[in-house]
Amino acid sequence: MSAAETYDAIVVGSGAGGGMATWRLAQAGLRVALVEAGPWYDPADDSQRTQFRYPWESPRRGASTRLRPFGDYNACIGGWELDGEPFTTEPGTEFMWWRARMLGGRTNHWGRISLRFGPLDFKRRDIDGLGDNWPIGYEDVKPYYDEVDKLIGVFGTNEGLPNDPDGFFLPPPKPRLHELYYIRGAREAGVPVYPARKSILTKRINNDRGVCIYCRQCDRACSLHADFSSSTVLIYPAVASGRVDVYTNTMVRKVDTGPDGSATGVSCIDRGNRQELRINGRSVVLAASACSTARILLNSISTQHDAGLGNSSGHVGRYLHDSTGASRAAFLPELMDRDIYNEDGVGGMHVYTPWWLEDANLDFARGYHLEIGGGMGMPSYGFGFAANQYNEFLGQRVGGYGNGLRDDVKRFYGSRLSIACRGESVPQYGNYCELDPDVVDEWGIPVLRFNYRWTDQEINQARHMQDTMEELLEASGGILLGSKPGPERQYGLTQPGEIIHEVGTTRMGDDPATSVTNRFGQLHDASNVFVADAGTFVSQADKNPTWTILALAWRTSDYIIEQMQQRNL
Amino acid sequence: MNMNRRETLKSLLLAPLAAGAAATAGCAPGARVNWTELPREYSYGRTEAEQQRDRELFAESWFSEHELVTIAVLCDIILPSDHPNGGALDAGLPDFVEFIVKDRENLKLPVRGGIAWLDSYAIAEFGADFVNIEEPQRLAICDRIAWTDVEDPVLRPGIRFFSLMRDLTLTGYYTTEQGLLDLGYQGNVANVWDGAPAEVLARHGLQYEPEWLDKCIDQSRRDIIATWDDDMNLTS
Repeated sequence: MSAAETYDAIVVGSGAGGGMATWRLAQAGLRVALVEAGPWYDPADDSQRTQFRYPWESPRRGASTRLRPFGDYNACIGGWELDGEPFTTEPGTEFMWWRARMLGGRTNHWGRISLRFGPLDFKRRDIDGLGDNWPIGYEDVKPYYDEVDKLIGVFGTNEGLPNDPDGFFLPPPKPRLHELYYIRGAREAGVPVYPARKSILTKRINNDRGVCIYCRQCDRACSLHADFSSSTVLIYPAVASGRVDVYTNTMVRKVDTGPDGSATGVSCIDRGNRQELRINGRSVVLAASACSTARILLNSISTQHDAGLGNSSGHVGRYLHDSTGASRAAFLPELMDRDIYNEDGVGGMHVYTPWWLEDANLDFARGYHLEIGGGMGMPSYGFGFAANQYNEFLGQRVGGYGNGLRDDVKRFYGSRLSIACRGESVPQYGNYCELDPDVVDEWGIPVLRFNYRWTDQEINQARHMQDTMEELLEASGGILLGSKPGPERQYGLTQPGEIIHEVGTTRMGDDPATSVTNRFGQLHDASNVFVADAGTFVSQADKNPTWTILALAWRTSDYIIEQMQQRNL
Repeated sequence: MNMNRRETLKSLLLAPLAAGAAATAGCAPGARVNWTELPREYSYGRTEAEQQRDRELFAESWFSEHELVTIAVLCDIILPSDHPNGGALDAGLPDFVEFIVKDRENLKLPVRGGIAWLDSYAIAEFGADFVNIEEPQRLAICDRIAWTDVEDPVLRPGIRFFSLMRDLTLTGYYTTEQGLLDLGYQGNVANVWDGAPAEVLARHGLQYEPEWLDKCIDQSRRDIIATWDDDMNLTS
């Protein structure tokens, strides 16, 4: 069947990019179809709410499941494996792929860490000779970052740093106790530390959304809409405009094109009744996530686009890259026997360390930032495991039974400090996803096959991360836990895809032979098809990608509006 | 497990292991084998697929009655009930352990095998399976396998198993209402975070850097809508 209306724009995917495109295009008066593969979602709906649940409200006490790999109360419906929707990897390579299936996509579970890319992040080839520059620079994106800050809200501080730009920030929350230990340690080690930057409302920004009530549960999605999720902040207001139809549980198979090669709409399948559905539109905005967008394009084969839509360069799926990651933890004896009070705070860290060695001579390219963890969190499955393992450091026995264990649990509660590093990798032409010609998912769509290997750049970076984390944890008064991973474990480097920052599969550029879209996210090969997710990233800085996805999606949307006004679309 | 079976367990006189076990009559002498029942219906923002999975887990029978009673006896030893905040059995630990072991496949073998190891060890040492020896004998075994620094290879499987049961017991307890009370956990409520209490800072010899504090939210102004000047300065 076919939807009756021909929309001005069809937006595929409802995460950060799709939500922003939907909001902006609807605000400009366009009729928009938003197509989402998963169900409608609102954390304020009690039947979907996981926030403010106590651990015993779940029979598994918040333990992870295959359906909720980040824990039973995590808001994100999706995971590393989806029933009926496999993917494959080329032997000898590896890739972990997280897919969300719900309104708002992965913005329902992300860490809300909202970092602008800096001027250097758009021009890395100029600095280290590796990869490519973006065709645009910070000055092109800055006005959109500014608007995103004000529309969505982000706390942070203006520090005047050269590559971590200032913004329109809300004031940050005060550090927690373990973060004060980290600050002291970082000062001692000569490493900078600043208030974190997160899209959580420490202060009211409008009368529609609430203000943070410090439950530390952003990963459960906020029923007060006091943090950024695409659904709560962008899609509900867009729908309220009356100009948006949301097609939930609808999986896009391909973009349909006409005799002139331009798009006429999308072919979908309704996941509820397995009926085929066609939606017609004057333009298509793909924001299904970097890899899913590449998959849709590669599957959109036609006479005019015989290698897939937008793929005349052969670059769709190429330059797939993810952030690097490594982590380490320590036991802080000074945090034993704590006074117990409510220190939940916001979801995640209140302080962080941005990359501080831009000018150092290192054996790897590019940098990383440090995220700080710890505190007296709410117990869930896993709490109390190895309850008195730190006795080892106090010259006491580990193990035992009886009521004395209660004292052990309390003695060590909140005495752990952890650091996670997130770094920039160097995009490679040879790291890519493609259609697997032999495997389809349950909807009959060919699945993705991944080919991804880290290079020495990322491995050397991970070694540096490990040295840094040891130094900072010890300077903070910590006794290191576990062993330091060496070369046999690539220095604890996370697997490609594991950080869930995959970008680059439809990168932008001025040369149609080496890029998929132009600098506005418009396909070189079809002028009414756009990419509004992180596929267009030429390089993923060590900054989490969401704020840049939002800014670029807004920019692409403004370009669409302008092109329509000029009757070029 | 159906309700009848649960009820049976709550009031049972234990039968010894059947064929092959040492023929010692007994009934977990000295042990408490009744516990607070946990709910079997939950509602916390589940998808249909998740509800279906949990229904299947609750319907699945994995542990034998003997195994479940052994778990109860172990949980009670690890966190006994003679405490104002209750112990493992008051917190329904056997029900939790049964569910979580069914839910997490990789626990099934270690728990089943661990119980079998424990019984074989108890039979060899004291002539009956673990729940059917005298309480001092049970505690004597626990004393041998409760500490991780014991390097006796014969005891190693028991030490591993006891550690696992200690982990499950403590996590199962500290994720109940009694457990949070015992811990003193204060969070999971709407509040306005305004930094660590002054007396806590003093005790730790720490203070907020004045320049840092100046940048932080003034909580008395949190409800005033944010405005900025053109130079990115907050003006409200």
